[in-house]
Amino acid sequence: MIASNRNPNRILTDPMLEKIEALAPRYPNRRALTLPALHIVNDVLRHVPLEAVAEVAAVLGLAPADVQDTLSFYGFFHQEQPAGRVRAWVCRSISCALRGGEEVLETICHAAGIQPGGTTADGSITIESAECLGACDFAPCMLANKDLHKNLTPETAVAFLQSVRGRPE
Amino acid sequence: MQTFKPVLLEAVGIPDGYTLASYKSRGGYAPLERILAQKKPLDVVDMVKASGLRGRGGAGFSTGLKWTFLPKDHPGPIYLCINADESEPGTFNNRILMEDDPHQMIEGTILSAFATRASTAYIYLRYEYPQSWDRLQGAIDEAYAAGYLGNNIRGSGFSLNIYLHRGAAAYICGEETGLIESLEGKRAWPRIKPPFPAVEGLFQKPTVVNNVETMACVAQIARRGVDWFRSIGVPSDPNNPRDPGSYGPKLYCLSGHVEKPGCYEAPLGLTVRQLIDHFGGGVWKGRKAKAAIPGGISMGLFTEAEFDTPLDFAGPGRVGCLGLGTAAVVVLDETVSMVDFLHNSCRFFAHESCGQCTPCREGTSWSLRLLERIKAGKGRLKDLELLLEIGNTMGMMPGSTICGLADGAAWPIKNAIQKFRSEFEDFIRKTNPLGWMVTDPVPALQIISAH
Repeated sequence: MIASNRNPNRILTDPMLEKIEALAPRYPNRRALTLPALHIVNDVLRHVPLEAVAEVAAVLGLAPADVQDTLSFYGFFHQEQPAGRVRAWVCRSISCALRGGEEVLETICHAAGIQPGGTTADGSITIESAECLGACDFAPCMLANKDLHKNLTPETAVAFLQSVRGRPE
Repeated sequence: MQTFKPVLLEAVGIPDGYTLASYKSRGGYAPLERILAQKKPLDVVDMVKASGLRGRGGAGFSTGLKWTFLPKDHPGPIYLCINADESEPGTFNNRILMEDDPHQMIEGTILSAFATRASTAYIYLRYEYPQSWDRLQGAIDEAYAAGYLGNNIRGSGFSLNIYLHRGAAAYICGEETGLIESLEGKRAWPRIKPPFPAVEGLFQKPTVVNNVETMACVAQIARRGVDWFRSIGVPSDPNNPRDPGSYGPKLYCLSGHVEKPGCYEAPLGLTVRQLIDHFGGGVWKGRKAKAAIPGGISMGLFTEAEFDTPLDFAGPGRVGCLGLGTAAVVVLDETVSMVDFLHNSCRFFAHESCGQCTPCREGTSWSLRLLERIKAGKGRLKDLELLLEIGNTMGMMPGSTICGLADGAAWPIKNAIQKFRSEFEDFIRKTNPLGWMVTDPVPALQIISAH
């Protein structure tokens, strides 16, 4: 356990540590807490920097490389810099692609001035391509944070982008 | 076509259908109470075996039989994992079950845990389903409060905890041993079998992994009976003693070029044509269909002429597809280029190959590079042979990989080229008039990394 007073520069906050420990009784070993712990950090910081990886590893009794190995497999957690305040995934798999998903992705990225995977300079939004979001009945679709945007057109996608950029921090 | 009243989807459209009160008003949890009071775990195993239920996640293995592979008299713990990592392109039936009727799958999970003597069940839920997460967690909380979960459920002596576990956007976690590795906090690399999970699975303990729709079916079999379940679907072929039949209702996901995409419930054995005409409102924009994916992209392709093939566990295989898969039908209209289709498929699998087995890691990524080259107007007819060689050599069936992801990547390649060969050849000849006949090695295109 990392005591609160050990490192004043630590990244994992007390509420994060409490959340991780609250899940511990669910699993017979602490390694299984890896993904839950990474999500707990990512939910707050919108990325998991290497320093946080080392701290998660210390909390779970693992080597930092163990945690980094798992983290890097998924390609989900940003590490270099935080994702935008809105993280949007535009589906590019077959059902969406058949109904204009790729055009939606290209248009919204163009309007935002970024490549897929990029974050706008003001940090308001990250736009990524996604493999099947499991909402093919509403293709083409996009998941933005917890909201599913259905039956998109390039126009409605850009309108969404504008609403995000006009949103105060 | 006979009308069929939805059972698995009965809560869809009911206001607050996801709540405990609504579920109980429809007869939910009464079967659980009756079984916990009167039956033994083996009775539930026998019931599910007798129903003929086959797993709805894709492989179609007998659910009851899977449970019997657990060691007898094991001191425990035994784990039950519910595979809610639904990621097969075109598939969304689990999402609807979890969002609109979470208690149905939770009752099925409790019954299955009772049958398998598991005292802990993990629901491995993909990250992309935040609404499902909220609904499931709400339903689990309600079930604890009502005494359907926790210690000594309804005084039966049976105890069960259900925990939600969040994935991180990786298709391979839908493979059952990849799911187990991921749950353990590792990269989701599928395991070599044997040992099978039933013998040594999660945390080195006996483990059963079942799909969400399978759990919903278990709940309905408990409520409506084995005879009800066996009265629906396609009976086993009397001329084939190894055919276990395709019993029960199935959730068909219909998407792509139809007027009304959606998740529709019907008996197993429906055809693609019936789905499109009866549920889908026809092919969109008044166009004609050209092809359809029969059960998620990894199952391959039907040509339009094959649309009368029954969607049961045996049907798609008879026209060269990999199987029924998830029964997710994606319709392609006459305007779709098969080159574009195959490029999309190859890009998906190159992105989602976990990288553990070389034939899959390299095969999926080379097939994408070949399709990039063809799309860029630099294809050669020889590339079709190279693609088929990749398709024929990667996967569990040729024996070169640990799990079936590569078979799923290979099938769209094989089906598309075999069934639409002239279209590929015409495209290559037309777009590369000076080089289509070249057979020498060519330098790879500068491509954007698929990973």
